[in-house]
Amino acid sequence: MNLDIRLPIGLMFALVGAIIGVFGLLSDPAIYQRSLGININLWWGAVMFLFGVVMLFMARRAGRKT
Amino acid sequence: MQHIELHLIDYVILILYFVFVLGIGWALRRYMKTSTDFFLSGRSIPAWIAGLAFISANLGAQEVIGMGASGAKYGIMTSHFYWVGAIPAMVFVGIFMMPFYYGSKARSVPEYLKLRFDEKTRGFNAISFATMTIFSSGVSMYALAKLFEILLSWNFHFSLLVSALIVLAYIFLGGLTSAIYNEVLQFFLIVLGFLPLTFLGLKDMGGWDGLKAKLAGVATSHGYAAGTWTESWNHMSTAASNPMGVEWFGMVMGLGFVLSFGYWCTDFLVVQRAMAADSMSAARRTPLIAAFPKMIFPALVILPGMIAIAIEFQSGGSGFLPKQADGTLNYNMAVPAMLAHYFPQGLLGLGLTALMASFMSGMAGNVTAFNTVWTYDIYQSYIRPGQSDKHYLWMGHMATIFGILLSVAAAYAASKFNNIMDMLQLVFAFVNAPLFATFMLGMFWRRATGHGAFLGLISGTVAAALHHGLTLPVGAPVGIKGGWIGSIVHSYPSEMAQNFWTAIFAWSVCFLATILISVLTRRVKTDEELKGLVYSLTPRIKDPDVPWHRQPAMLGLIVMAAAVVLNIIFW
Repeated sequence: MNLDIRLPIGLMFALVGAIIGVFGLLSDPAIYQRSLGININLWWGAVMFLFGVVMLFMARRAGRKT
Repeated sequence: MQHIELHLIDYVILILYFVFVLGIGWALRRYMKTSTDFFLSGRSIPAWIAGLAFISANLGAQEVIGMGASGAKYGIMTSHFYWVGAIPAMVFVGIFMMPFYYGSKARSVPEYLKLRFDEKTRGFNAISFATMTIFSSGVSMYALAKLFEILLSWNFHFSLLVSALIVLAYIFLGGLTSAIYNEVLQFFLIVLGFLPLTFLGLKDMGGWDGLKAKLAGVATSHGYAAGTWTESWNHMSTAASNPMGVEWFGMVMGLGFVLSFGYWCTDFLVVQRAMAADSMSAARRTPLIAAFPKMIFPALVILPGMIAIAIEFQSGGSGFLPKQADGTLNYNMAVPAMLAHYFPQGLLGLGLTALMASFMSGMAGNVTAFNTVWTYDIYQSYIRPGQSDKHYLWMGHMATIFGILLSVAAAYAASKFNNIMDMLQLVFAFVNAPLFATFMLGMFWRRATGHGAFLGLISGTVAAALHHGLTLPVGAPVGIKGGWIGSIVHSYPSEMAQNFWTAIFAWSVCFLATILISVLTRRVKTDEELKGLVYSLTPRIKDPDVPWHRQPAMLGLIVMAAAVVLNIIFW
């Protein structure tokens, strides 16, 4: 197969992570009452962004080999 | 329960997901040149991708919503579906059965039956399986549309048609590869979407110990011992001492052996993912790789349900979980209620997208299994044999379209029944439970004959129906729940107990009938023809010199050991 699945997965999570993370930075802290006062958007956005970047990196490394 | 209001950010995430799902299908469309590409991904999928797709295809409505509901209703005992049910069966299919499925070059599970037994056994299996996939995919669609109607007040018909169209588009474009790739995407989405829920919920409860203390209250208020919701084995000596109403023997045999092995080892929906793997070794490792994440899924799907019931109890029945018309709690809303409770906008969009992904992967798994069985086992075998490969590729595309159309029809039919899960379980028990006996005898006993297999399957299915018709769970009305034959021979303490025992009866009758009839009938297939199909006639696969983490047997041992440890921790 000529499409490395890690590419779309990495891209999607990097994007979703970035969007949610930035939203977390800008949003009103009052909305985090329900998530026990934790800015879960910021933290989880960062985690997903990182996951996406790692996937992209792995896809790129595999792409170079061939 | 809080009504969920979505904001712009939530819609952005949902739409982004749709774009990627469709984009994957679009990117793969030019690789679909032969029917093997379309139905079997050209047997080119690496083990880890096949493995994640294997588990994701099973992550339908039943899993996320149903297991969360069971977590609330029965507590940690629900983990038996994983650590006693799924895991041993997945190890078994990987190590012992995959050599025959993959090695025989059968293109589907029914086709294996044709190679091993005869045409009629294949036909019976193909037709019953195809019907079941349509039904399951319809139920998945219905559940999705219903859920989004309740949660977000989305129009029922709108959600149903949009989800159907998206699944149709990406399978039509990229066949099984597209389904598998999207399943991997959906897998990560589900894990990353639900992990924060478990984290926030557990933190809120004061960790596992805090949750335990709160669930002790739930258990005693129902009249059970304090640890019933948090100990998986301690309260299984009698059916009366746990909310499932099942004793350990019925659970281990009915769920652990018959139902789980029947599902994981013979259901083409999951087996197809392994058949698409790029080598025998990859095919064998597919279910084993899948078993690792499967083992920790209880933390993602059962735990939120347990937390939900703890919150409901703590708040003194303030309506955290909505009630059904008959006044009982609507457990199916446990996971959605948790999402609404803990997730702020942003993450909420992610959580709902994950929920949608789980429904769509369940749907897509059924549709790809359906189009393959329809095209290879029904159309090519009985309707128009001997056509060009191009013709069957075309048929696969057509089957995808009318498979989806039939599923939509099934979804509307499902909206007429109240308890869709019971219907599913019922059909599953009738058709699938005896099937594992047929495969076991087929793979490990060369003397089993086609007549034996076919009549064995029929007797097993009939036995299941008879058992169901003659028994009734306590307090249930006669009808869909059982007892429809007229006289009730036995009453079970719960529906689940009845289901497990229906499966046990079906399996045993099929097993004995197949042996009896095989002995009485003449063997048609020679040893030479059965090579690669029966254990004793197939040369042992020697694991080549590969590192331990690529050896199926080694992986299987690790998985089993981990499952035993988990059972002991939560005993």
